[in-house]
Amino acid sequence: MAVFPWHSRGRNYKAEFASCRLEAVPLEFGDYHPLKPITVTESKTKKVSRKGSTSSTSSSSSSSVVDPLSSVLDGTDPLSMFAATADPAATDSSRKRRDRDENSVVGSDFEPWASKRGEILTRYTTTEKLSINLFMGSEKGKGTATSAMSEKVRTRLEELDDFEEGSQKELLNLTQQDYVNRIEELNQSLKDAWASDQKVKALKIVIQCSKLLSDTSVIQFYPSKFVLITDILDTFGKLVHERISSLCVDHRSVLPDHFSPENVNDTAKETCLNWFFKIASIRELIPRFYVEASILKCNKFLSKTGISECLPRLTCMIRGIGDPLVSVYARAYLCRVGMEVAPHLKESLNKNFFDFLLTFKQIHGDTVQNQLVVQGVELPSYLPLYSPAMDWIFQCISYHAPEALLTEMMERCKKLGNNALLLNSVMSAFRAEFIATRSMDFIGMIKECDESGFPKHLLFRSLGLNLALADPPEGDRLQILNEAWKVITKLKNPQKREVNTVLADVIKHMTPDRAFEDSYPQLQSIIKKVIAHFHDFSVLFSVEKFLPFLDMFQKESVRVEVCKCIMEVFIKHQQEPTKDPVILNALLHVCKTMHDSVNALTLEDEKRMLAYLINGFIKMVSFGRDFEQQLSFYVEARSMFCNLEPVLVQLIHSVNRLAMETRKVMKGNHSRKTAAFVRACVAYCFITIPSLVGIFTRLNLYLHSGQVALANQCLSQADAFFKAAISLIPEVPKMINIDGKMRPSESFLLEFLCNFFSTLLIVPDHPEHGVLFLVRELLNVIQDYTWEDNSDDKIRIYTCVLHLLSAMSQETYLYHIDKVDSNDSLYGGDTKFLAENNKLCETVMAQILEHLKTLAKDEALKRQSSLGLSFFNSILAHGDLRNNRLNQLSVNLWHLAQRHGCADTRTMVKTLEYIKKRSKHPDMGHLTELALRLPLQTRT
Amino acid sequence: MGTSLDIKIKRANKVYHAGEVLSGVVVISGKDSIQHQGVSLTVEGSVNLQLSAKSVGVFEAFYNSVKPIQIINSTIEMVKPGKFPSGKTEIPFEFPLHVKGNKVLYETYHGVFVNIQYTLRCDMRRSLLAKDLTKTCEFIVHSAPQKGKLTPSPVDFTITPETLQNVRERALLPKFLIRGHLNSTNCVITQPLTGELLVESSEAAIRSIELQLVRVETCGCAEGYARDATEIQNIQIADGDVCRSLSVPIYMVFPRLFTCPTLETTNFKVGKRDGCRPAPPGLPIMTALTEGPWSLRRTHGSARGGLGRGPEGVRGACGPPRGASPPCDEGSGGPRVSPRAGCSARGRGCRGHFPWRRFVEPPERFYLQHYIRTGALWGQDSRVRSREGARLGWWPNT
Repeated sequence: MAVFPWHSRGRNYKAEFASCRLEAVPLEFGDYHPLKPITVTESKTKKVSRKGSTSSTSSSSSSSVVDPLSSVLDGTDPLSMFAATADPAATDSSRKRRDRDENSVVGSDFEPWASKRGEILTRYTTTEKLSINLFMGSEKGKGTATSAMSEKVRTRLEELDDFEEGSQKELLNLTQQDYVNRIEELNQSLKDAWASDQKVKALKIVIQCSKLLSDTSVIQFYPSKFVLITDILDTFGKLVHERISSLCVDHRSVLPDHFSPENVNDTAKETCLNWFFKIASIRELIPRFYVEASILKCNKFLSKTGISECLPRLTCMIRGIGDPLVSVYARAYLCRVGMEVAPHLKESLNKNFFDFLLTFKQIHGDTVQNQLVVQGVELPSYLPLYSPAMDWIFQCISYHAPEALLTEMMERCKKLGNNALLLNSVMSAFRAEFIATRSMDFIGMIKECDESGFPKHLLFRSLGLNLALADPPEGDRLQILNEAWKVITKLKNPQKREVNTVLADVIKHMTPDRAFEDSYPQLQSIIKKVIAHFHDFSVLFSVEKFLPFLDMFQKESVRVEVCKCIMEVFIKHQQEPTKDPVILNALLHVCKTMHDSVNALTLEDEKRMLAYLINGFIKMVSFGRDFEQQLSFYVEARSMFCNLEPVLVQLIHSVNRLAMETRKVMKGNHSRKTAAFVRACVAYCFITIPSLVGIFTRLNLYLHSGQVALANQCLSQADAFFKAAISLIPEVPKMINIDGKMRPSESFLLEFLCNFFSTLLIVPDHPEHGVLFLVRELLNVIQDYTWEDNSDDKIRIYTCVLHLLSAMSQETYLYHIDKVDSNDSLYGGDTKFLAENNKLCETVMAQILEHLKTLAKDEALKRQSSLGLSFFNSILAHGDLRNNRLNQLSVNLWHLAQRHGCADTRTMVKTLEYIKKRSKHPDMGHLTELALRLPLQTRT
Repeated sequence: MGTSLDIKIKRANKVYHAGEVLSGVVVISGKDSIQHQGVSLTVEGSVNLQLSAKSVGVFEAFYNSVKPIQIINSTIEMVKPGKFPSGKTEIPFEFPLHVKGNKVLYETYHGVFVNIQYTLRCDMRRSLLAKDLTKTCEFIVHSAPQKGKLTPSPVDFTITPETLQNVRERALLPKFLIRGHLNSTNCVITQPLTGELLVESSEAAIRSIELQLVRVETCGCAEGYARDATEIQNIQIADGDVCRSLSVPIYMVFPRLFTCPTLETTNFKVGKRDGCRPAPPGLPIMTALTEGPWSLRRTHGSARGGLGRGPEGVRGACGPPRGASPPCDEGSGGPRVSPRAGCSARGRGCRGHFPWRRFVEPPERFYLQHYIRTGALWGQDSRVRSREGARLGWWPNT
């Protein structure tokens, strides 16, 4: 077979890039574009919905003519719309900024009710059957416009009575889910009634709902019932408030956030007053209370002092509620509404609390006890029912409360015989600092508590949680510790000194007779607790006794476990890179311990885990701009962690990164000093890589480090890396172990080599070696490598080499590295270089054709066809087809691909289409002729 | 829809006082132009008396006395016969609220046997082919705030089994002691009734404590009178076994329309005087009563939110606080001064003509009774509940 010469096609990369790019079309202002921001100019829908809500007032006055001015003002005014739709949270925060007195607004540090809600619903459930009084909405014809007022009133009354009595029925035997559904239905019918302008019906529904709160028949469910029903009340309160503020808005102005009652017009005031009158005449106490509380906010429309007068009155009103559980929840609701509407009115909150204390004894009264007996509920399960409400009340009170008040409250609680329930709520709701400063008192109180009803460990837990958040006074600490230590051995207190004391104490107790050997789990749990609270590792390691404490773990497995825990916490909580010598020293020690535990028997998973932890540490170490220090740290780390391959890999990557950082800092222009430093980095990599085991890891790292060296203008170092990589290739085994399975390595090698080639394009030739010495050497290695018998990978690689060589023969290369002259500028398109290049091409082509020939056997025909086609494509893409011999070769290849009917017809058709399309380009006219010479074979 | 006729009164709460000008607009709207024979506006005010079932037999002879008493009735022609253009037409009107002769504009009151109501009616007469259109609208008359100041007259009370009335077997009663006080028996109608109640002890568990507001309406003439006490509203102030020795607030807002200042006239009175045992509906067996003379009045500075109160409200607001002036006319023998100052001159003048002074005894009493119901004896009275419905639904703008 004749040797075919290679003629590379000249490429103009810039022009090709430009022609391949999608055409950019300038966009006119009004044009449609999917990414353009949507601006809505239409406002019709908004307007309609607004009309609906105020239909009762506007229906009589609506005129058919739309005033263009008012229609503009009606809802589309962007400012008022913004004000109306502004997120309440956002306005809250802005208001906070405005108000100097932070008491007047609840800040974000106040845990909102919404977060408690879900918890209560999931915690207080029941399997008992429930019953509910539910009415069916009366479907009687609604009183249409009747002529006389009295008549209208009569129909209305009849309707109401009908609603009240006729259509009401009691549903028994409901499961909890049914009950919840019914309440949801009520909520919906409330909204429906409101939307259909049956406001009195809505009020009735709300009254009926709040009546349910006086029913304590299935007492375990009461807290959840409270949550569900107060949701309805909240909805109702919101509806009424919206309704009244909509009356205030005179189509033109929007009610400001802080309006004064004088700004409210008479209609709104009258309507508001009416609501209060209606509610004042509700017969039963509990509904009257809840409904009035739900619209407490509306008092703002009537007078400035309305709310401050109402709250104490409502607080007093609760005294009339006999059942202590019902009353404490009523208080919780009042506090909740009060905090929402007027957080500055603390007095009524306090009053609620004191009233609650006064009625506290009722819990142990006969009435309650009898009820519990009837329902078969034990005291220990009854008392926690109070917790949500009490916690809430206490939280409201203690929010930004002065010390004196809290002290007074505690005194009052004390007088009640240190009830555990109260104490627990106090501890969970009051500020941690407050509790912490009085921890001795609390310990005393906890000790005095009787165990009935409330277990003591819960109390200590609450106390401990507080101490974990705040520091007790210096003087008391040790004593607290001693006191608590007597009761529980696990009090954790994240104050350095105390922890130190505890640890010292433990060490003292454990060291004699090597007692620690028997109590590793306990010691381990102490360590876990300590590190769970210390997120600042510099503090942790400055605890004197911490490392000695660690030393007690002398059994290696336990020791490594502990080290792992520490590292896990470090990785989780350390946000900023650190260079703190204390941390570095201690953690290096810890990591070394972990590393040293690795031996021949260590499992792969274990190793991976340890390597992950150590890597996490290495990544967190940064000396900032002190690159040399950083490098010396990496050197130290390498010497310490030489047994863990992933750590070494990480170190190499880190060092490479360091080199690139240096380059970035110097903006590509290395000074003599930085150049030396970068070379040091490169050297680090070069000597570290051989110590790795994984062959592809090594190859990739060589390539990667070579690229880094090239980027840093270390040409000879880069050559060394590439040479090393090339000399390593023959060692690549045929099969490699991946995730415990043996896999052929060829595909990996192919991948690597392709990557390698693209780097080689820009590597400049060494002046002392021959032209393209790296490519030649690589080709030799590929030639000598023992390839799989039935594999075409070698040919694929040769095809790639062909691509590389074509790219190399261009006048300007596709890409460059800044400040590195590639062969294009070195040789400047010298004919000798090109000839050399083409000679290489010829050799490669000869190899390819040779291989194609060997495939002419039956079983290999398919491979021959596909290889032939791919070679054809390569020539098409990179070769100059004006050359007759190359042209002839391509035609031959085309026929070869089709010869045995193995070719995929669709691919062939597509290829042909492509050629025809290309031929239309300027300078490509010769392809037309080629296309004519390529027949399509139909498969028959 | 066709043609519609509507009256809009200027004040949102529709409250007016004698001597003020009732103003507003009549709104006529229709798709086509409206032919009419004239539009007139009528103000009517009347007292309707009704005898209770038990009294009818006795007082049949006096049927005259139950005729409605007209207080005010005048008509003005707003528009002469003609045509309204299509669309909406608003015709403003003003009506000075003056009464003729010796009549008095009593305060609006919706009671059981006595009803005082004021309406504004607009009639549009039309040709034979089309129906006449009528629109009626109630407005409310309040008597002008009284000039005299109110002295609070607090009252303490104690309820024990011994103080209970209409009890058959006192021995069967559980022992209890309830004490309390009311801040005043003279109340301003716009202010709530307040007080405190304290259960010192009770053998039996308490189920509910309620406060009942009772009205006494007296209708009569020369030959006799009928007097009926009925419940206005019943408010629960305690639910369940309340804590002992912890005061529970007594608080009741007087419902609008259903209460009015204590009133006494020749033919009827609204209020309560001593000696009449009211029989409220659903009277429990165990009822502890503390009752005293009660009067309700409208005084200076009554803070009803300063709504449409006109100049009086303003003047009242800067007047001296109430409770500092001489006691009101309690028990004085002379001619009774009607509690409303606004129309007092005429009222006082005519008072002398009435021969029925003997019925007027301690006059102008609105009787408030509060009592405690305890234990299992408590039952629900459907009539009470339906009245709650009435109160909720009454005032239409919500």
